Amino acid sequence: MLRDVTLGQYFPGNTVVHRLDPRTKILLVVIYIIALFQAQGWISYGLVTLVTLVCMALSKIKPSSMFKGVKPMLFIIVLTALLNIFYTEGTPIRPGWIITWEGIARAVQMMLRIILLISGTFLLTYTTSPIALTDGLEMLLSPLKKLKVPVHEMTMMMSMALRFIPTLIAETDKIMSAQKARGADFETGSLIQRAKALLPILVPLFVSAFKRADELAVAMESRCYHGGEGRTRMKQLIMQRRDTIALVLGLLFLTAMIVLKRVGL
Amino acid sequence: MAEIITEKLSHVYSAGTPFESTALHDVSISIPQGQFAAVIGHTGSGKSTFIQHLNALLQPTEGRVLLDGQDINNDKYTRRDVKWKVGLVFQYPEYQLFEETVYKDIAFGPSNMKLSKEEIDERVREAAAFTGVSEELFERSPLELSGGQKRRIAIAGVIAMRPEILILDEPTAGLDPAGCAQIFENIRSYREKSGATVLIVSHSMDDVARLAERIIVFDRGTVVMDDTPASVFSRAKELMEIGLNVPKAAELAVALRDRGIGLPEGIFTHERLLAALLQLREGRKC
Ligand SMILES: Nc1ncnc2c1ncn2[C@@H]1O[C@H](COP(=O)(O)OP(=O)(O)O)[C@@H](O)[C@H]1O
Ligand SMILES: [Mg+2]
Repeated sequence: MLRDVTLGQYFPGNTVVHRLDPRTKILLVVIYIIALFQAQGWISYGLVTLVTLVCMALSKIKPSSMFKGVKPMLFIIVLTALLNIFYTEGTPIRPGWIITWEGIARAVQMMLRIILLISGTFLLTYTTSPIALTDGLEMLLSPLKKLKVPVHEMTMMMSMALRFIPTLIAETDKIMSAQKARGADFETGSLIQRAKALLPILVPLFVSAFKRADELAVAMESRCYHGGEGRTRMKQLIMQRRDTIALVLGLLFLTAMIVLKRVGL
Repeated sequence: MAEIITEKLSHVYSAGTPFESTALHDVSISIPQGQFAAVIGHTGSGKSTFIQHLNALLQPTEGRVLLDGQDINNDKYTRRDVKWKVGLVFQYPEYQLFEETVYKDIAFGPSNMKLSKEEIDERVREAAAFTGVSEELFERSPLELSGGQKRRIAIAGVIAMRPEILILDEPTAGLDPAGCAQIFENIRSYREKSGATVLIVSHSMDDVARLAERIIVFDRGTVVMDDTPASVFSRAKELMEIGLNVPKAAELAVALRDRGIGLPEGIFTHERLLAALLQLREGRKC
C-alpha cells in the first residue's frame, strides 16, 4: 500500500557507487544533466545510454526497481512522444500521412531524454542515504554562508523532513488500518463523502505530528543544539581517490558530449 | 457460531524489494466460538501481523482465513463485513481518537454500520459501561483526558460494534499496574456477558496465565506452541530460550524444582503454587 512508494527511495548496498562521497555524486548528477542536454544525434544518445547503463550495473540496481521509479512519469513520457510524432515536419512515412520519419526519430529521442533524466537522478537517491545527501548538499552550498544564507538550517530542515517521511507514512498506514477496523470506508462514496472520510486520519496524524515536533525540539535543545555555528560532525566527509577518478571520468564524459555536439553527431 | 480458522497462512512484507521480509510462515490455527485465547511472543515475532489477517486488514501472501467456513477475502464486501464481526483493537489505540467528543468517538464504529440513532446510543452506553468510561465524560474532548482513559475509550469504540470476536493487540502496554488490572477486568466482563471469543496479544504473563484458556506462542513468524496455559508454562525453559517471560509463579516453581523441591508440573499461578507448597508441607509433617 502506502509503504510501497519508491519515489526517491534509498536502496542500501555496498557498491562503488554507494561508497562514493555524496558531494561527488551530486556534482556528477549535475554534470550528467548538462551532458544529457548536449545530446542531439543517435551517437550521442547512445553514449549517454551506455554510461547510464554502466552506472546502473555498477550500483547493482535491478532494472525492475528503476522501472518502478519511471512508471509514475509514463503518462508524460507517452504524451511527449505522441506530440512529437504528430507535430514534426518532414518526409511522411507514406505519402499523405502526417506521421513523419523525423517525427518518429524526435519522439524516440525525447522519450530517451526523459527516461535518462529520471534514471540519472534516481541513481543518486537510490544509492545515497538521505542523511548523506543533505550532508553533501550542505557542504557544497557552504560558500553561501558567507552571504548570510542559512545553509545549515535549511539542510537540517530538509534532512528532518526526509527523516520523518517514512515515519509519517508508517503512522498514516497504522491510523488508516485502525479506522478501517472500525468500519471507515475510504474507497467508495461521492467526492464530499470521501473528503469527509479523511478526517479520521488527518486529525490523529496532525495531533501526533505536532506532538512529535514538540518532543523532537525539546530533545534537540536538551542536547544543546543551537544551529550551525561551530558545529562539528560525527561522520566527516573525506574525498577519496575513487571520488577524484569518478569526477575526472564525469568531466571526460561531458567533454566528449560537447565535442559530439560540435561535430553534429 | 463464529469459528475462525487460518490455513497455512504466510505473509511477506515488501515482496520483491531489498526490504522483503517474511513475517508469517505457515500458520494454521482454529479458534472456536467463545474461547479466551492469548498470543504471546517476542517483539517482531509476527503477532500483530497475524491478528491483522483475522479481520482482513492484511491479505495473506499465501493461505486463507475462514470465518464460519467462508473465506473472508472473497471480495471487497466480505472484507468489509468481517470488520463488524471481528473487532480489532490496535496497539496504542488512543492515537486513533479523532472526534470532538468522547461520545462521538465511541459511536464512530456503530455509525459506520448504518444503525439507527437509538441503537447507536444504546451501544455507546453499553460499551462505555463495559470499559468503565463514565457518562460524565461523554461531552469532553478525548484529547484532554489521561492516557488510561483514552485507552479505555478506544477499546469502547470497538466493543460498541458488538463484535463476536474481540481481538486486542497489547491492550495494557504502557499502563500502570492498576490500569492493566482494570483493562483485563473489563475484557473479562465483556466476554462473560456477551459470550464473545477473545484473542489477546499480551506480555503480561501473570494475567494471561490467570485468564486465558489457551496460549499460542509465536517465534519468528511461526507457531511454536499452542496449548493450555498449564502445558505451555510447564515448558518454562523453552519459553525463556525464545526470550519470553513466564508467570512469576512458574519461574519460582522452576527455581524451586531445580533446588530439589519436588513440586508437580503445571504450576503457573500464585494460588496453585501456594497450594502445592502447603501440600508438600502437610506431606512432611506426617
Ligand atoms: N508494515 C510493515 N512493513 C514491513 N515490515 C513489517 C511491517 N510490519 C511489521 N513488519 C516486520 O514483520 C515482522 C513481524 O512484525 P509484527 O507482526 O509487528 O511483530 P510483533 O507484533 O510480534 O512485535 C517484524 O520483523 C517487522 O519488522
Ligand atoms: Mg506488535
